Order: sequence, then C-alpha cells, then structure tokens
Amino acid sequence: MAWQKRILRVNLNDQSCTEEPLNMEWAQKFLGQRGLATKYLSEEIDPKVDALSPGNKLIMATGPLTGTMASTGGRYSVITKSPLTGAIACSNSGGFIGAELKQAGWDMIIFEGKSDKPVYLYLEDDVASLCDAAELWGKSVWATDELLHAKYQDPLIRIACVGRSAEEGCLYASIVNDRHRAAGRSGVGTVMASKNLKAVVVRGTKGVGNVRDPKAFFKATSEGKKTLADNAVTGEGLPAMGTQVLMNVINEVGAMPTRNMREVQFEGAAKISAEAMAEPRESDGKPNLVTNAACFGCTIACGRISTIDPQHYSIENKPEYIGASGGLEYESAWALGSNVGVDDLDALTYANFLCNEDGMDPISFGATVSAAMELFGMGAITLEHTGGVDMSFGSAEALTISAELVAKGEGFGRDLAMGSKKLCEKYGHPEISMTVKGQEFPAYDPRSIQGMGLGYATSNRGACHLRGYTVSSEIMGVPVKTDPLVTEGKPELVKSFQDATAAVDSTGLCTFTTFAWTLEDIAPQVDAACEGGWTAESMLEAGERIWNLERQFNLDAGLTRKDDTLPARLLKDAAKTGPAKGSVNRLDEMLPQYYSLRGWDAEGVPNDETMKRLGL
Amino acid sequence: MSSITIALKLYASLTEFFPERVKNNKIEIKLPQGTSVAEVLSNFRIPSERAHLVLINGVYIPPEERQGKCLLEKDVLAVWPPVAGG
Repeated sequence: MAWQKRILRVNLNDQSCTEEPLNMEWAQKFLGQRGLATKYLSEEIDPKVDALSPGNKLIMATGPLTGTMASTGGRYSVITKSPLTGAIACSNSGGFIGAELKQAGWDMIIFEGKSDKPVYLYLEDDVASLCDAAELWGKSVWATDELLHAKYQDPLIRIACVGRSAEEGCLYASIVNDRHRAAGRSGVGTVMASKNLKAVVVRGTKGVGNVRDPKAFFKATSEGKKTLADNAVTGEGLPAMGTQVLMNVINEVGAMPTRNMREVQFEGAAKISAEAMAEPRESDGKPNLVTNAACFGCTIACGRISTIDPQHYSIENKPEYIGASGGLEYESAWALGSNVGVDDLDALTYANFLCNEDGMDPISFGATVSAAMELFGMGAITLEHTGGVDMSFGSAEALTISAELVAKGEGFGRDLAMGSKKLCEKYGHPEISMTVKGQEFPAYDPRSIQGMGLGYATSNRGACHLRGYTVSSEIMGVPVKTDPLVTEGKPELVKSFQDATAAVDSTGLCTFTTFAWTLEDIAPQVDAACEGGWTAESMLEAGERIWNLERQFNLDAGLTRKDDTLPARLLKDAAKTGPAKGSVNRLDEMLPQYYSLRGWDAEGVPNDETMKRLGL
Repeated sequence: MSSITIALKLYASLTEFFPERVKNNKIEIKLPQGTSVAEVLSNFRIPSERAHLVLINGVYIPPEERQGKCLLEKDVLAVWPPVAGG
C-alpha cells in the first residue's frame, strides 16, 4: 500500500503528539487526502461548531500517491470547517511539503484544540514536538520561513505557515508552504492561526515504500508521464505559458469577470496576460516571467517565477521585492487585475507577492477589493473609511495599498479582511457581494459559461472553479467541446466533473493532469500502489461518495437549498458584450435536474437510497 | 473582387506564425470577400492540428466548419493551440 497507515494527532490543548493507525476501512472508501480527511472531520467535529473555536479541527492530509514517483504526486490538502463560508473547507496545495510529510512516515496530521501560546510543530520522521513560536508570531510567511531555516540549518526542511493576515483574523487567510505555494481558499490559514499554530516544519527521510506492485506502478506511472509529455496542453502549453494563457482566451469569449462582475470583458486583459509576462520591459529589457517551476514530482511545471520592474513605484526603496518569486497565475491575475480594473502588470505582481508573503487568498482578496471599489463608487464607502485612499476602479495604488493593509491587518485593511460578503453587509449593500456561500468567485463569468454557474452554486466550498472545471469542456474542448451558452447537458457535465475531481483530489495527484489524463489513466497508478482493486469506475464512485459526504457535512452545518444559488447580478443582469451579450445564468433550468441526477430530493438532501448506495 | 478587413489574433505558441513581431498579438489584414477561416489559417501556414481553439468574435468554430465559414468585414479571428489552465 502507498498509505503509511499512520496519523499524527496533535492536541494543542495539552501539547501532546500521538500516533494513531489510519482507518484502512475508511481509506478503501474515501481513498485519501480530500476524501479521507473529510471523513475524519465529519466523524470528529460537530458541523455546527464555530470555525474559529477550539472545537474545530484542522487536518493536513496527503493522498496515497503523494510522495511517490507518480507525476505531480506532491499534493496535500487542508481540511477544516471554513470561517469564511461556514461550510466544509478543503484547500489543495503543491510545492514539496506534502511529499515531505508522507516521506516522514505519516498520511495526515490532525490538529485539535487551541494552544495557550503560539507554537509550531516540528516533525522529523517519527519525532514530533510542539515548539515555542513566540519569536515567529507577528512575522510574515517569508520571515518565518527564513527564521526557521536559519534555526535548523537544514535546507531540506519544508515549512507551511501562516502570515500576519491570518493572525489578524483575515477570513480568507491561506496556509503558505515552500514560500509561494498555498492551500489558498476558504480561510484555512485563519483556522490555523486561531489555534495559535504558526507553522509546521517537516523533514522526512523514510521515503514511500510498500507500493503494492512496484513493477506495475513503474509501468503505470511511466506511461502516465509519457501521456503528459505528449499532450499539447500538459507537455507544451502549461509549461510555456502557465495557466495565465487563459487571460486572453477567457476575455475573447466574453467570460472575464470585470469590475466586480459588472462586465464580462476587460479592455486591459492583453497587458496582464501570459503573452505580456513574456515581453521584455522598457526599463531593464527583462520580461516579468523569469522561468517556469515544478512542484514535487511534477513533469508539467506550470508554475510562474517572476520579477517586478525594479523601477516600478510599488517597490521603490523596497529591495526585498527585487528578486524573483512566485508570479501570477490566471486566477490571481484576474482577481488582482480585471476584477479591479487594473492593467498594471507590475502592480499585480507586487500584490501577488504580498499575498504569498503574508498568506492571503488572492482570489478572495481581489474580489473583496473589487466590492470595496464598487461601494466606493456608490458613495457607501468614503475616503474617511479608507483612510484617504481613493478606491476607484482601475487604481493600481488602491490595489497595492490594500494588499499592504490586509497583509498587516491595519486601517481599512481590517474591513477588507472580512471578505466581500461581510464587507458588503457592513456597508449596507449585500447585493454587491459576488459570492456563493460567502466565498468569492473565481475567474469565469457564469453568464457566459452556463455550466460553471451550476458548478459554483452547488460547490461544497462556495464559489470555486476547482470543484468541477467544466471550462475545460465548455471553452477548451477537453475532453469534448460543449457549447458554453446552452444549459442542456450541463447538469450531467457538472456532476461528472465534480465526482471525478473529488477522486483526483483524494489521490495526491494534481488536477491539472486531467487535461491529458482521464480516470482510465489514473486508476492503474492508484491500483498499482494501493490495495482495493481500484478502477476508473470505483474511483468515480469514490468521488461521488466524497461529494455526498461533503454535502451532508454542509447540511448538518445548517446550509440549505437556498445556499445553492448565485448573486442576483448573475441571474438578472445580462452580459453587456461578447458572445453571451444578453444572457444571464439560467441556473433554474439546471438545478432541479442536477438534484435529480445526484439522487437528492427537491430540497437538495441526499435521499436514503443514494446514501445507502454509496455506503454513507 | 471587393475586399474586407479583419483582425487576426494569434496567441501562445502561434505567435511565431505572424510574419513579423506584433504588439498585443493582433494584426489587421485585408482579404478577398468570401475568404474562409481555413484559408486564412493556411495563408499563415498554421498547421490544422495546432489551430485548436478558433474563435470568430469570441464564438467557437469547430474544425468541420472552418472550410465553409467565410469571414465578414470587421470580424475578429482569434486562434490558440491546445491550451488549458485553472
């Protein structure tokens, strides 16, 4: 088996670290990572618990293929109850710490309770201890990373930590690992900080042994790598252009959320695109993009490493930002760019650096700034509220100052740290908040991509593209092209993407492999590594089981059918330009059929037959 | 024969098919009226397998329609190789 069969339970109340056997019966049903950790969370906490109370738990979980030789097998996820949404949170990250945790001999870490003082976990193979984090508290992610590396004098330790935004209660704080990879969404970093847990430091030297059938695993993973290399998207497009290649695509099809989703095309998209990142700039003749980068074991390497123009206003007298660091992905470029109407590539890159440096989800941050800009334009937010900052759409200065304020939890940044929903409620205009279940939208307007509207409305963690990325089919034609403007067939499409993604997210692999792989490619790798006779069919069923488990958690937390909706703007205000001009999202045409396909009743509750069929 | 003017946008690795360096991945070209999408792609020597995502004014044109689909005045023809993101 590729599971280590061991859980580390860290009780922050009494500062104990204990080993437990992994529940292998559950592993056979929920695989690992997202699925298995959701099962543990569902069993161990009351879904109604206050997400920021000691009663919530936070689980860092790997999948059975994490740390193995499978391509992209470096993923880990953080599962907890979200303070942003009140729903299940599951945020997935790459980098290296997931593989390091697995190679230290653990499948997951369950953090429970709350420490009475700041601590961090140091984990070196079998030895786990909680250490005083007094000198780290109040430090950024990057400063924390440097201090811990200096302390242990081991370049191979891997660190995940929270920044100052999380300590200050920002509701969309992330957990950043390896300096610029992040479990970004839903405020998982806020939960970590609420437990006075600053960082997790891991060194693993054991490797991942006990693969069920090593020869079959070598064959399956080698074939998988060849498929990724031969595919034009995973072998050429993603390494060369990154996800940012979508900036011009999505703008051209008129699905680019712009200025708080009031428009669907951004006139400045070309200036903040992948193509722009590769253009030499006037000041020093160098492009924004330095190189691509890969996470552990990845043969795609879509990551962006960038620099800011050394003459840009944002880093004047700030030499610490002159070097290369994690650059813009499509989601961050959209959120920090078109959705706030800013086309200054260097301002976006600087704001993105700050999101990494102090652990903010750039999607939620950018979307919250855009809501503030709309409120400012309406007069609901004034210069008095903002401390004199002109929050007009299109202001690069407003963007970069906002990032600085949220990072440190200062001034108007405290309002921006509440997220779009609470900000808009505070200033009397909840209808302005572009959120589902309290979580801000990602970079695809559902008026122009109908399936994504259903996906957002039913996503178990609130608005999210990664729960069911039908953009792949509706826009890019992978695996088959469907018309983005029609609703017919979309309930089936959304359900199949959601179930398959839940399975992939539970393996330890990256969801980007699915631009080239189907479950038919993944199942042989899982099956060669793990007992259980895994097939594409059984993985899809596991995905459906996981989806329903998450749904049940949310229902038990108090969410209802009423939460499966979109903001009125997307249901009533038609797109103004592009191919979707005149269209709204027609959620009401899709939702009832989706419930029916899922085996849920009219209220969106899984019926007894469904629960029984899935063994829940 | 009268001519039309369209905008041609080539993105990602297809920028190499522009005859010279262009700004913002876009050029304007004059074409005889009745020129098809496939003819434009052929004129710029873009292999059909690399013309994965072909849009006219943002609307997808499937491969089987590119031969017969004629461009109109002020159309925007945008082309990408296979791409994806997230």
